[in-house]
Amino acid sequence: MIAAVIALPALSAAVLLSFGNRTNKFGPWLAIFASTGSFLIGLWHFLQMVARPAEERPALTTVYEWLSVPAAGFKINFALQLDQLSISFVLLITFVGTLIHIYSLGYMSHDENPRRFFAYLNLFVAAMLLLVLADNYLLLYVGWEGVGLASYLLIGFWQHKPTAAVAAKKAFVANRVGDFGLSLAIMTMFIVFGSVSFSDVNSGIVGAPAWVSLTLGLLLLLAACGKSAQFPLQSWLLDAMEGPTPVSALIHAATMVTAGVYLIVRSASIFNASEIAQTAVVITGAISLLMGAIIGAAKDDIKKSLAGSTMSQIGYMVLAAGLGPIGYVFAILHLITHGFFKAVMFLGAGSVMHATNDNVDMRRYGGLPKVMFFTTITFFIGYLAIIGVPPFAGFYSKDHIIEAALSHSWWAGAAVLFGAGLTAFYMTRMMMMTFVSKSRWHEDVHPHESPLSMILPMIVLSVGAATMGILLTRNHVFEHWLEPITGFVEPEPPLPIQTITTITLSVVAIGVLIGIWQNIKIAKVAPVKVSFVVKAARKDLYGDVLNETLLMRPGQGLTKSLNIFDNAVVDGSVNGLGLFVSGISARLRRSETGYVRSYAMSIVLGTALLVIALLMVRI
Amino acid sequence: MNPNAYLVLSGIIFSIGAIGVLLRRNAIVAFMSVELMLNAANLAFVTGSRVWGTLDGQTAAFFVMVVAAAEVVVGLAIIITIFRTRNSASVDEASLLRW
Repeated sequence: MIAAVIALPALSAAVLLSFGNRTNKFGPWLAIFASTGSFLIGLWHFLQMVARPAEERPALTTVYEWLSVPAAGFKINFALQLDQLSISFVLLITFVGTLIHIYSLGYMSHDENPRRFFAYLNLFVAAMLLLVLADNYLLLYVGWEGVGLASYLLIGFWQHKPTAAVAAKKAFVANRVGDFGLSLAIMTMFIVFGSVSFSDVNSGIVGAPAWVSLTLGLLLLLAACGKSAQFPLQSWLLDAMEGPTPVSALIHAATMVTAGVYLIVRSASIFNASEIAQTAVVITGAISLLMGAIIGAAKDDIKKSLAGSTMSQIGYMVLAAGLGPIGYVFAILHLITHGFFKAVMFLGAGSVMHATNDNVDMRRYGGLPKVMFFTTITFFIGYLAIIGVPPFAGFYSKDHIIEAALSHSWWAGAAVLFGAGLTAFYMTRMMMMTFVSKSRWHEDVHPHESPLSMILPMIVLSVGAATMGILLTRNHVFEHWLEPITGFVEPEPPLPIQTITTITLSVVAIGVLIGIWQNIKIAKVAPVKVSFVVKAARKDLYGDVLNETLLMRPGQGLTKSLNIFDNAVVDGSVNGLGLFVSGISARLRRSETGYVRSYAMSIVLGTALLVIALLMVRI
Repeated sequence: MNPNAYLVLSGIIFSIGAIGVLLRRNAIVAFMSVELMLNAANLAFVTGSRVWGTLDGQTAAFFVMVVAAAEVVVGLAIIITIFRTRNSASVDEASLLRW
């Protein structure tokens, strides 16, 4: 039955893609129906699971035997594992996904081909569901690649724009680097454990030598970095903003970037066995969360600023996931709350763009609350949630991560605290520039509130962004929910919880105040004389430059020199041989004079030579 | 019988023929030189036949004569045709078939 969760959107995507234009009329509705149905089935499973006692909750469904090589002892089932962790993801993906489907109905109404867009959205949701429901790494890999493919198709949806096509390619290539890590990890698992299912790996890792867990941990971290846009594979995320805004919301909130966090939490047993791998995860998370926040604070493009924010928030999750059993639960908790508040903000940004002729420059916004009441309110709720103002969702999840990080080490704690301040700063800046300040619109822009199909998902998501934190943390309900799967140890921070909360809130308050103070007056054109930090942040902290110098240029140099070698040496020797032969022939053919007497001469001489030769042999 | 004189004569005639073929430009003369070479060969054949007392050489000489007759028929026809078109029987002028 759980297979239907995946099958519905997958079938819908197949129908929409294979029947083409004939499905234009009902295509979007079919996609929404498939996604909603998927959510309802997930909800039904969730309710059934809640009714069971904790130890009976995980359920394994073998759909069919997928791959089998008896001689090698290799057997993989197409099996779906439904447990507390995967059902949390299923609900998040299908719920937020469905809302984004509905939103797209309004947002893409002016597009040439919404049907294709909806087909890709369905494909994306199906692949992501397969990823979180798989019971072994190979099946997870199928979903993993499916998500990569769908993101490529969606980011490059407006493929007539060269920037979008390039961005899609970049996302795909960066993801492939991560996929490389995952495929190597799967091969290692098969060599060491003889199986790639979660249960076999979990039981096998216990007695395995240290290098196994370290290797697997680092390879899985590489995979997570690619999918979750963590340092050093973060560069694709900002460019991915070239896709339509609902795609950004889908990629950044409910799916895709959360896959890396899911992978790390799902492989908890591997990371628990290797402290070095865990530390690597924490460091990656810390670097990414600070980088993302700094980039987000300098961008004037609202979507890119939000993309930086996503990188930063995913950094929080990765960092939490690297903390071990004290952090897994909070990583997932933050992932879910982030799914809500980031989705609402992306959809809000899309709504603002929709109203201002697809302008993304925040310096030409301002004064929008008057004309866009619902967008402003829902965005504001998302804002409060992300900077962590109690009682909004982000406060609970982020506060727990800060506590856990502080009990891990001072530097992890410092990174997340500083990150919280930066988050408050850049989000306040975004609020100020987009909504609070006076209007700085282009002349021909007449903002208007978006249609109901766009407003409604934003309202629903903002309710989630406001209440999810309380709902999930009251009486430690989420800790108890996930504990059987990921394990949970109460963090023991060096300071009392109240002190930490106070410090966090003061850091956030400072960030907000700086954000307000700096953005009272906003120039219509970005100032040129800025500090080197801002300059670097505007260039994505030189992520692209780094990639180009370290990877692209040496690659180009190699291909160029190979090309020269090919032209000079390979072609040279072949062409040289040809020239030699034709040159010799040109000279030799001169002997054909056309004079019969000279031919006769050669016959005579030849005969004479033969005679001499014969005589010599006889002697 | 001592065949040396006959063979030396045959060699001399053959050489005269060969030199004639190589040096003379007139097609008729060159043709006659070829006949000289053939007959020099015939002389050698019949000398051999006489020395060994068999008929092989005689037979070969008859073959050569038949070939020479056929050659004359075809060769003269060609020479006459060339002469008709070019008004010349020089072998050097008919040198179009070349590189």
